[in-house]
Order: sequence, then structure tokens, then C-alpha cells
Amino acid sequence: MTIRILLFASLRERTGERALTREVAEGTTAADLLAELRRDLPALRASGRISLAVNEEYCEPERLLRDGDEVALIPPVSGGRGCLQRERSE
Amino acid sequence: MLRLTREPIRIDDLLSAVGDPAAGAVVLFVGTTRDHNDGRRVERLEYEAYPGMAEKEIERIAEEATARWPIARIAVVHRTGVVPIGDASVAIAASSAHRADAFAAARFTIDRLKELVPIWKKEFFDGGAVWIGDQTGRDGSWQEPAVVKGSPS
Repeated sequence: MTIRILLFASLRERTGERALTREVAEGTTAADLLAELRRDLPALRASGRISLAVNEEYCEPERLLRDGDEVALIPPVSGGRGCLQRERSE
Repeated sequence: MLRLTREPIRIDDLLSAVGDPAAGAVVLFVGTTRDHNDGRRVERLEYEAYPGMAEKEIERIAEEATARWPIARIAVVHRTGVVPIGDASVAIAASSAHRADAFAAARFTIDRLKELVPIWKKEFFDGGAVWIGDQTGRDGSWQEPAVVKGSPS
């Protein structure tokens, strides 16, 4: 399945990437994808909480991805917290 | 009127948008960029949005406010890009038959917006720049960003 990934603000600056495309296996969840990205992009490991959105909606970590999904990595917004809060992974 | 703009926010447009013959009150909240934060002198602020999702979230919050309080109309405009010190970065107007509902709805809307809408603020100061909300502590642990309390949940 092909997933398009968008990065914003501090995550965009740290990784130097605005958008990525990834091939993932059936059954991959949003949290799996984030873990995989954190493994491959060291700049993401040093970031704080990241919320996830699929197709412009906040999602739960267990959300199953589907072919063609657009996943956004959302650093903390300017005044508060997102729905899915991930602790620093290390 | 629920939208993002790269242009200066025109407050009169929001006031016109919430005009309603059944309204006896209009509450306007304007968030402006200030010249200091955290003991630093701020030179300018820049806002970045995830446009499609930011607009959807704003619409959802406006719907929620409309469902909770008997407000007549609500308008929300958020500016993106560079916003000079003293300019409005966000404005919310709510109208209702009686003032208490307009105040409550406007307060709820700005609190929720700051919590949920994917818009990020970068502060430029003498000697650097920082994304607000992105600071981590010395030990690498996450530090809570300032959150406006008191929104009904």
C-alpha cells in the first residue's frame, strides 16, 4: 500500500522533508508507521509528542492504514495538545 | 465565515458576518502578536497551517459551539504566514440573543482552536527562533505547553 506522509513546522524543518511516500504492508497501523519513520529518520526521534491525522482527521494509534491514505505528523499545535499524544520514544 | 487567510484580518468582515436581527449581543475576540514571550523580545511571528485539516477542524469547532449554545452566528479567521507584532493572528466573533451565550461560545472556540487546529507558531527573537509547543526539557522530557484552561468539556 502506498501512503503519503506530510510533515509540518518543527518536524518539517528537522527532517528537511515536507512530504514523503512510503510503501507499507497490509495491517500497518498509524502507530506502526510512526515507529517506522522514527527508526528511519533520526530527526523525528528527538521530537516530542507527535499526533497523527489520517486524511485530515486526528486518528487513534490503532487506526489501520489503507492504500492511498494521507498521514500527517502533527507536532504540538501553537497553544495546546492534539488528540493522540505520543511520548518521546527513547 | 470560517477560514484561513494570508492577508491582514479585517475585523469589520467578521462583525458583518455575524450580524443577525435576532442577536442582542456580539462578542469579538482578537488574538494579537505580542513583542515578548518567556523573557525574550519577539521580533516577529510566523504561522504555518495544514490548510485542509485546519479549516475542517475550525468548522467542527464552530459546529460544536453552535450545538452547545444558542448562538446566532459565529465567524473564525486565522492568519498564516508572517504576522507583524501587534497585528491580529486570529479573530472570532459570535452573536447571540443574550450576551452570556456569545461570551461562552467565543471563549470555547478560541480554547478549542488552540488545542486542536493544526496551526503552528514560530517565534523569531534576537539570536534565534523557536516553534512554540516544541520545546523539550533539558532531560529530553516533554514540557507541557501553556494551555488555556477552562473550556467546557
